[in-house]
Amino acid sequence: MTTLADRLRSLYTLDDRTVESGRYVSTTLLIDAGAERALVTIDAGRVTSVTDAASRVMPGWQFALRAPADEWEAFWAATPRPGSHDLFALLRRKQLRVEGDLHPFMSNLLYFKALLALPRAA
Amino acid sequence: MAAVVEPITGRYVRVDIGGVTHRVYVEQAGSGVPLLCLHTAGADTRQFRGVMNDDEVLNQCRVVTFDLPWHGKSSPPAGWHDTTYQLTASRYSEIVVAIIDALDLDRPIVMGCSIGGREVLYLAADHADRIGGVIGLQSGGHVDPYYDTEWLNRPDVHGGLVCAGVVSGLISPTAPDSERWETLWHYMQGGPGVFQGDLYFYKIDGDVRDRLAAIDTDRCPVFLLTGEYDYSCTPDDTLGVRKSVVGSHATIMSGLGHFPMSEDYERFGTYFRSTLTAALAERERLLDGGEPA
Repeated sequence: MTTLADRLRSLYTLDDRTVESGRYVSTTLLIDAGAERALVTIDAGRVTSVTDAASRVMPGWQFALRAPADEWEAFWAATPRPGSHDLFALLRRKQLRVEGDLHPFMSNLLYFKALLALPRAA
Repeated sequence: MAAVVEPITGRYVRVDIGGVTHRVYVEQAGSGVPLLCLHTAGADTRQFRGVMNDDEVLNQCRVVTFDLPWHGKSSPPAGWHDTTYQLTASRYSEIVVAIIDALDLDRPIVMGCSIGGREVLYLAADHADRIGGVIGLQSGGHVDPYYDTEWLNRPDVHGGLVCAGVVSGLISPTAPDSERWETLWHYMQGGPGVFQGDLYFYKIDGDVRDRLAAIDTDRCPVFLLTGEYDYSCTPDDTLGVRKSVVGSHATIMSGLGHFPMSEDYERFGTYFRSTLTAALAERERLLDGGEPA
């Protein structure tokens, strides 16, 4: 079985052009897939760490993206079906909740959409 | 490669809208039955560049499209800096009828996408005697807000980037990169608060559901085309309209999203041209006073 941490390892492979577009992004976000949760830390657009949130005694983050595990799986399918192909498609179906300080996410939306689609190609 | 001069011409038309003179940018191409095209929220006429370069369409139709006030090359009217832009259902119909009058369009087929796809339903219900049928692209009766549109218009978030970011997923994953990114570029060029102001019509004021029963497809034929990847106006939303509008026709388009004419014209054209043929035949029947097919 592919774990969330396995999936998110591909975030380290973000291309230079997208890293450049996210040069003002320095944050830690939580990816919540139900039983599994991961913290992704970004420095100037580059992912510097992906860790299991459960391994932290007091995990901290600026914003969180929460969706059921099967929704993340469908989102990361090599060819996602309509309705699972974009974070906002999940929002529209009320399957994704975005919580916390949303400013980094909304002000760098194209960056985060490109970043979080990476497990799809992996 | 030799330079290509496209068949599209652009002009400015001064029209009275709400008692105020507006300078509206209009593009035209082709000759024949008028086909008036309405762009999506926060965008402009360039979305119809594929339609306006399609010889098969231009041989049958005088294609006309215009930038809504505040969009593209239609600057806001004088005094705009003291107002907040909000598109309403009544204002949208007033604008379209003003353009039909200004350009002397005789019973045009009106094709609109997204907010335009909603607006053509209002036109079919309320102005059937002025038009010759409608083609609704991504037409739904209503959309409940599913994100906070305040993010689209605040000084600490780049408006162009956030508008493009919000709509990027509405494009089919199969769309060619060149057309995908041109479509997003249009969103990146919108003025502050304009996309948000259009969404006031789309999500708040323009709930057309209670008007659908008033549409008489014998007086105004209705054709609906919706891309399968659109999660804003979903295929189910369009099929709901078809159910409410007796005699309407709906087709769900595979491999297309919310901006079919702009994101992948080659694919869209295969659906659009056959629908246009049917719409032209229905218009002819309508003007001849015949029975519906």
